[in-house]
Amino acid sequence: MSQNGMEGPSQKAYEHFHRKLEGKAALFTILTTVAILIGGLAEIIPMFTATYGPEVHPGVTPYTPLEVAGRDIYQREGCYLCHSQWVRPTRAEVLRYGEWTRAFEYTYDRPFLMGSRRMGPDLQRVGGKYPDGWHYEHMRDPRSTSPGSVMPPYAWLLEWRIDPADITKSIVALTKTGVPYEISEEAQVRAALENQGSQIVANLATQGIQAEWDQEIIAMIAYLQRLGRDGTAVLSGGGR
Amino acid sequence: MNQPRYDDDVVKLFLGATVLWGVVGMLVGVIIALQLAYWPANLGLPWTTFGRLRPLHTNAVIFAFGGNILFTGIYYSTQRLLKVRMWNDMLSRLHFWGWQLIIVLAAVTLVLGMTQSKEYAELIWPIDLLITVVWVIFAVNLFGTIAVRQVKHMYVAIWFYISFVITIAVLHIVNSLAIPATLFRSYPVYSGLTDALVQWWYGHNAVGFFLTTPFLGLMYYFLPKAAERPVYSYRLSIIHFWALVFLYIWAGPHHLLLSALPDWAQTLGMVFSVMLIAPSWGGMLNGLLTLKGSWERMRTDAVLKFMVVAVSFYGMSTFEGPMMSIRAVNSLAHFTNWVIGHVHSGALGWVGMISFGVMYWLIPRLYNRPLWNEKWPTYHFWLATIGIVLYTVTMWVAGLMEGLQWRAIDQETGLLQYPIFIDIVRRLMPYYWLRVVGGGMYLVGMIMLAINYWNTIRSPEPVAAAEPTPAPAD
Repeated sequence: MSQNGMEGPSQKAYEHFHRKLEGKAALFTILTTVAILIGGLAEIIPMFTATYGPEVHPGVTPYTPLEVAGRDIYQREGCYLCHSQWVRPTRAEVLRYGEWTRAFEYTYDRPFLMGSRRMGPDLQRVGGKYPDGWHYEHMRDPRSTSPGSVMPPYAWLLEWRIDPADITKSIVALTKTGVPYEISEEAQVRAALENQGSQIVANLATQGIQAEWDQEIIAMIAYLQRLGRDGTAVLSGGGR
Repeated sequence: MNQPRYDDDVVKLFLGATVLWGVVGMLVGVIIALQLAYWPANLGLPWTTFGRLRPLHTNAVIFAFGGNILFTGIYYSTQRLLKVRMWNDMLSRLHFWGWQLIIVLAAVTLVLGMTQSKEYAELIWPIDLLITVVWVIFAVNLFGTIAVRQVKHMYVAIWFYISFVITIAVLHIVNSLAIPATLFRSYPVYSGLTDALVQWWYGHNAVGFFLTTPFLGLMYYFLPKAAERPVYSYRLSIIHFWALVFLYIWAGPHHLLLSALPDWAQTLGMVFSVMLIAPSWGGMLNGLLTLKGSWERMRTDAVLKFMVVAVSFYGMSTFEGPMMSIRAVNSLAHFTNWVIGHVHSGALGWVGMISFGVMYWLIPRLYNRPLWNEKWPTYHFWLATIGIVLYTVTMWVAGLMEGLQWRAIDQETGLLQYPIFIDIVRRLMPYYWLRVVGGGMYLVGMIMLAINYWNTIRSPEPVAAAEPTPAPAD
């Protein structure tokens, strides 16, 4: 295949050099690798230093085992594809959702679930915004609480159960990534799950809803009610 | 008994897989578009909700359809450009079947809700490991072929293939680092905004080095072939190649503008995104100007029609993207349907159309017989083009509308003018329906290609067979 302008009086020095390079595949590959590495290294490496990376704040605590279970379900169902967790620092966003999101609020988010599309509203400050019963009904039938919603119903969250043994494995793995959990035994995890789940079950009972602590919906409610709360507490306490 | 000079059997395998996964991926796309317009289309089953099918759609069109057409074009063109058979036939087969296995595993796990929830990197860690193995097989085979080449100088298409193989390997490995909890679940070694930055470094360069550079490689081989003209400028191809691979990698943080990501990182992402216009348009101009003098043939040649529209959409979306990366524009565009429109003008317009052009050019040559129906490609072209326009225009309008209504503030009260989120969602419904129509037209075109392909390969081979795979003229 001929290449226009390849030879001729106007040929520049770099073209001559490049012509040689095209004959040296290994060198060409190395130079390409260097070219694509520079940008990534320059942007990613500083994120691991306290000076240039996201700030940290002691007021943020790890997700509880029940919230971890809820977060796993949130990922499984792809909630992050329609809901962001990221209030931008603009007047309209703060009016609509509340305080804009600070970096430290994401400290224990593995993976991050900031989202990229708002088919539905942002959830960064949804924790505490509605009673537990609202979330229960909203998952069962979104249009019962939000007429006109395009969200599908998630009725199976009311049927499926969480498994303490499985969640224990999550806690162990998260500990390995650096999350400071103090429990690692299944019995401890189970107790934590049952304890927090039972409180939500009691809340639901006051709203006329019968539930059990190991239903997936309970874990989901625990996670949603947790969102943004540490950040809000720190920010309202004059932490920043 | 002589082995054919080039291994075209593996090219045929990849081509067939492209057709199959193209239909599947685009069908799922139309289904999830319908789910937004009409929620009962979620069917009330866990496996068919939008949240599970959306990753299936993106993975199917990018890695199954896009991946297979790339491998089709790369295996076909590399052998001819280097005038040598692929280095190892066994590795070619392992690459093909390994890639299809990954796709099938992806389809099963994604509908079951097994996901790492990083966009375009959703697949669970065992599949990530398999991808790594298959990618190494591909890389060894490609570099092996380059090593034994019979042509001293590597043509520009090969440069782009090299950047593709190297960069995707780096991105995939770094972004997938995670600690497994079970066979199906893991947690990334990065947290919070660092995880977000790594993911969008990956995510944007999946666009850059999966959906752009290797497709530019295909353009550099197949467009001059179809136009029967040399590439317009050698000098331009040098400059835009190096500028593109160097600049693209920085652009990721434009996905995190107005987040709590450190400002310096956001600004780097924005500035490099804007600079990307230059090398992107370098590629577009080199493609379009190669057609200089062939415009007459555009009237009758469906392959050239597909290619010229593809390159035009490449130019448009690489102008739109940098604009959307400017912080002020991004504050309006981000989170809205505008982004979906932008992605699809690139995906349907650039990636899809160049793929269709390559396929219609390749099928008669690979199978040494005329297309079963030589008019259908033209109908396909018009269906696809009108479908894309309908899709992108409705998404622009919908995106601008929701973006403006989310931010509108009542001048008298100082409060939100449209405080009820769901009211804004309701106003999007007509656009969601129009998008189903536009996407549906594009799918019908793809199905026409599939029918044409199937009937062509099943038709009898002409008796007076020409030289099956003539080497390219120098």
